Amino acid sequence: MTKKQKKNLIRIIVSAVLMVVFIFIPVDSWMRFAMFMIPYLIIGYDILIKAAKGVIHLQPFDECFLMSVATIGAMIIAVTGHGDYVEAIAVMLFYQTGEWFQSYAVGKSRKSISDLMDICPEYANVETADGQKETDPEDVEIGTVIVIKAGERIPIDGVVISGSSMLDTSALTGESVPRSVHEGDEVISGCVNGSGVLRVKTTKLFEDSTVSRILELVENASSRKSGRESFITRFARVYTPVVVLSALALAIIPPLISLLISGQPHWAMWIYRALTFLVISCPCALVISVPLSFFAGIGGAGKQGILIKGSNYLEMLSKAGTVIFDKTGTLTKGVFEVTEICPDGATEDELLLLAAAAEQYSGHPIALSLLKRFNGRSELPKAEDVSEVAGKGITARIGKSFICVGNSKLMQDNAKGFVPSDKSGTVVYVSRDGQYIGHIVISDIIKENSAKALKELKKTGIRRTVMLTGDSKKAADAAAQKLGLDDVYSELLPEDKVRLTGEIIEKSGKGEAVVFVGDGINDAPVLTEADIGIAMGAMGSDAAIEASDIVLMDDDPLKISTAIGISKKCIRIVNENIWFSIGVKAICLILGALGFANMWIAVFADVGVMVIAVLNAMRNLIQKKK
Amino acid sequence: MKKTYKIEVDCANCAAKMEEAAKKVEGVADCTVNFMTLKMKVEFKEGFDEQKVMDDVFKACRKIEPDCVIAYK
Repeated sequence: MTKKQKKNLIRIIVSAVLMVVFIFIPVDSWMRFAMFMIPYLIIGYDILIKAAKGVIHLQPFDECFLMSVATIGAMIIAVTGHGDYVEAIAVMLFYQTGEWFQSYAVGKSRKSISDLMDICPEYANVETADGQKETDPEDVEIGTVIVIKAGERIPIDGVVISGSSMLDTSALTGESVPRSVHEGDEVISGCVNGSGVLRVKTTKLFEDSTVSRILELVENASSRKSGRESFITRFARVYTPVVVLSALALAIIPPLISLLISGQPHWAMWIYRALTFLVISCPCALVISVPLSFFAGIGGAGKQGILIKGSNYLEMLSKAGTVIFDKTGTLTKGVFEVTEICPDGATEDELLLLAAAAEQYSGHPIALSLLKRFNGRSELPKAEDVSEVAGKGITARIGKSFICVGNSKLMQDNAKGFVPSDKSGTVVYVSRDGQYIGHIVISDIIKENSAKALKELKKTGIRRTVMLTGDSKKAADAAAQKLGLDDVYSELLPEDKVRLTGEIIEKSGKGEAVVFVGDGINDAPVLTEADIGIAMGAMGSDAAIEASDIVLMDDDPLKISTAIGISKKCIRIVNENIWFSIGVKAICLILGALGFANMWIAVFADVGVMVIAVLNAMRNLIQKKK
Repeated sequence: MKKTYKIEVDCANCAAKMEEAAKKVEGVADCTVNFMTLKMKVEFKEGFDEQKVMDDVFKACRKIEPDCVIAYK
């Protein structure tokens, strides 16, 4: 609680107690009025002063003015009529209580969101000639050596020069499994060092480091306003004057008509109803709850490593109908691995050994994946007379045998008994002394969560899933079938991807958004072209963070459906709040005009609704973990 | 040039009104007030002194919301 909140709470309690006590003191007329003025002024003095200032500055339509007019009006009616001062005080009391709740709830949510984003390191331990010095991260230059002890947060992006440790990345990615780092590994700011001491050479300035970029992104997010937020702002601008004018009309026109018809104007009754209008006229429930819902939604998503760059993107994402995926690095791991060894006249080990031996001096990705699979099981035999046949493969002499390792063209020229394989992926054939002995399939591994992610997407209401890839048709079709994608376009150049995305956007239904998910490498133009660009695995990749609208900190495709789920929930809450607030106010206005609603109900329509809307908005912070 | 200032204001509607008022001040190219983070982002026009412009912005906001605070000094 802030000082102001404490003070206001005391005011509320004191004036409420006084009001209740005074009801039982039997004094009359002016004494009674003077007595009730005490709690009224205690609870309302600041409102009255503000209202007066508003009038002086020609800004009369603020809520203080409305509350002042309504309660002073109620006081006058009480003095001239029934002597019930309680109502005016109660209205002021309720109003202040509601304001208090609002300020408390907003403060709480502000804090819980900033706690969520509490990844900003306070200092960096800079290594100097005479020991370590705690320095403001902003003053650390590139290439400085900093020391991170166990339990400390990495302040600046850099490379480990000594030490090894487990890093807790959960603040950035929502991933709870720690990551191990060793000498030579890149580390990003915001992670917490779990165990050992790390010495890190910084590679970036603090302001360009991951942590600063993320914080900036999240803080700017609520400045990019959604359609619903602009609607509410526009609505509020019209709503208050309209209600105030209606109140004025209600105070004047019906009494005049009634005077003409029956000779009885009933001024007090109509003015009371008009005052009720004034109480309801404040738009605050709407103006606060909608941005708060978005803010909480963005905060809740951030907690799970999903950075949404603006409320408008959150709104757009909730309408997603088509999701387009890039293949390599998005649905697949983007690393080639040996997936199958198919010997034909040799043993599996023999086949792998010969292929690996022939390729051992090559730096080609295929060679590397063969060597990786072989993994130094035994010492590789020497390869002699190694020669590369351009576009076909490699030939070499290993021991006494002549070995060919390459594609089908190489086999057709060099091997007997060769049967081409119909496997998808890259197939490497091997022959020994002119005899075909089998093949090895190398392909990009599909991520464990990809199939599940696509199923989840369908569950959240995505109608169509598409994969775009530069890979061969065979490999693309095989992956698509495994994953259950609706459409596949393969053998594409980067510009084809942009064109196809444009076509898909054109063809997709109105009011439906097209999402593109990529790993941020080479697909920046497509990320921009799509309605929503999601970059994944973006820890540290500047281009991806720049080009996309939503950034997934890790590379788990399941997060896409999580993000869509969050956006849907957020929009649902926003809609609930809009309709609930406007609905209750409209009903109370009608009841007030007809004389069924007194000022107590009006105050509920104002502050009660606001508190409920704020509490509803806070639901966005609670996100189910999957 | 863009600058961000911390602000203090009680209600969301008032924050929206402050934004409107600040946009009308001479020397301000654009302004966004974020009630949730309590921050005011001001983009200044070329050739204006930022302190002087902020004086005017502060005055304009005070007129609308007498107890608002902008930390710009």
